[in-house]
Amino acid sequence: MTRKFPKITVWRAIFAVILLFGLYATYLRVVYGLGGSTNLSDQFPWGLWIAFDVMCGVGLAAGGFTLVAMVHIFNIERYRPILRPAILTAFLGYLLVVVGLLYDLGHPERLWHPLVMWNPHSVMFEVAWCVTLYTTVLFLEFIPVVFERFGLHKPLEWIHKISVPLMILGVLLSTLHQSSLGSLFLIVPEKLYPLWYSPILPLLFYISSIAVGLAMTIFESWHSSRAFGRALELPLLMSMARVLAVVLSLYLWIRFLDLSHRHALGLLTQNRIETWLFALEMALMIVPVVLLFQARIRSKPGSLYACAVMVVFGFIANRLNVGTTGLEAGSGTHYMPRWSEVAVTLSIVAAGFAIFRGIAQYFPIFEKHSHEHAPAEVEEKEADSVGVA
Amino acid sequence: MSKAILYDSTLCIGCKACEGACAERWGLPYNEKIAAEERISAHKLTAVETHGDHFSRRLCMNCAQPTCVSVCPVGALAKTPLGPVIYDADKCMGCRYCMQACPFQVPSYEWSSRFPKMRKCNMCYERQSAGKLTACAEACPVGATINGDRDQLVQEARKRLAEKPDQYYGKIYGLTEVGGTSVLFLSAVPFEQIGLRTNVPQEPLPETTWRVLELVPDVVSTGTVLLGGIYWITNRRAEVARKEGKRR
Repeated sequence: MTRKFPKITVWRAIFAVILLFGLYATYLRVVYGLGGSTNLSDQFPWGLWIAFDVMCGVGLAAGGFTLVAMVHIFNIERYRPILRPAILTAFLGYLLVVVGLLYDLGHPERLWHPLVMWNPHSVMFEVAWCVTLYTTVLFLEFIPVVFERFGLHKPLEWIHKISVPLMILGVLLSTLHQSSLGSLFLIVPEKLYPLWYSPILPLLFYISSIAVGLAMTIFESWHSSRAFGRALELPLLMSMARVLAVVLSLYLWIRFLDLSHRHALGLLTQNRIETWLFALEMALMIVPVVLLFQARIRSKPGSLYACAVMVVFGFIANRLNVGTTGLEAGSGTHYMPRWSEVAVTLSIVAAGFAIFRGIAQYFPIFEKHSHEHAPAEVEEKEADSVGVA
Repeated sequence: MSKAILYDSTLCIGCKACEGACAERWGLPYNEKIAAEERISAHKLTAVETHGDHFSRRLCMNCAQPTCVSVCPVGALAKTPLGPVIYDADKCMGCRYCMQACPFQVPSYEWSSRFPKMRKCNMCYERQSAGKLTACAEACPVGATINGDRDQLVQEARKRLAEKPDQYYGKIYGLTEVGGTSVLFLSAVPFEQIGLRTNVPQEPLPETTWRVLELVPDVVSTGTVLLGGIYWITNRRAEVARKEGKRR
């Protein structure tokens, strides 16, 4: 495998700096508690670690269930080459969400409590169960890659036998989990700004997660093709971009209908910070939709990538608005994350990139041609990937 | 019989005796500096606020259908038949959803602690269980805070409103707010002028999430049939294609 690393060293330096700050922030979190490491307050109890690390982390992992549904349930075979990277992204995403939660919870050592102390009336209870179960499912969806790498045929057969119910379970859990992150905020009708508060928040969260899952798949295909010097699956990504454009249009249309039925559109004439943040969020979704409907944009890797990035940022803007900025006025306070909150978040993202890269290098994640170094027997197995026997 | 507190802002003289009694009951420090803080926090579970010529009190409303109880993923919060909403710190994992969800922004957190707890007034659950008054009601020298059965306190409040209509803003805060609370307020001026939230819904908030949560079994069962069915159809097609390929 040819490695061209001149610009990677710059990235590595940045990576090291981020991790260094992250480590110091971790020290502050452990020794001085949430008060010593965050700008959270009684008026503003949730900040960046919930709004980004958890809400965006789960959303950005949505490519996993979207592609599993496409390939294994709808049986659209041609998407198979990008299934494994999507599952890996989802698995890592969920693990990192758990890491984020460990930072954010006042008592991280009690992470397991919701599993034994039940309250089915709590959305957070549903969230906790979904995180636990779906992380387990993702582990099982990912593990065949490890079995293949080490040529363990017996366990591979076992996992094949349960693969169909496993895939269906994964899609169901994701559906519940993606939507329940929106349901979390149904309880604050008087706090969350009306541009974001809606009784259909769970539906909006669900549809936008599918869109961002597709965008993330394009994003990581583009990056891995550069990092590993392999060909980009352009025709595949182009057709996926069509799906993305349609799903996102649907989302935007439902969003518009919701705002208009709630008579909230009038708020857009007010010169408030919320209006501008909403406009930013919308722009980051409308622009890529308009662009992706044009064949000449879809067919250029660069512009396709740019559109995917815009969708990802639009999604992040939405989750941050629901999770932080949209709540400021209603909470009667301002919140700006402390440097240590940002450092931990960046560290988690950076770790995600690094671990993905490491795993993709040593395990059969991408299609054959990218793995000249992999043992021959593993390569043969690859076509017959995770799921259906 | 459900217990409650009636706070009459028109009688309050702002002496803060309730604050001191509350601190003592919880074993929290209380001094001049803390007395000057006009907001509730993890070390001050009730606070007397000054709003111009009027005083007001902040404390947990101990709602009839508490939002915090419904949102707690581990059931660390509970509404007792007696009225108080109580908290079990040993269950709490510190997700702070109760704080985010509380329509009155009551729960406070021990932010600087390494093993933090949520703190809030529990309407002196132990004292009331033993038939005693809440510490704040017992300490109040002018009867601005009184403690008793909710039904009787509502009647008492109505009586005061009827007897002296010119001295009161003619409503009882807490009667219907978020479905009713165990702390009731009377005031000379509209409630927002003494710092009470008047934009809270009149329906209990747990409804907003339960409407969605109760759909979970339906989503799971319908989804299983739907996804299983789609799988069966699409892969049948693939199977047929494979077989026909072999035959050829």
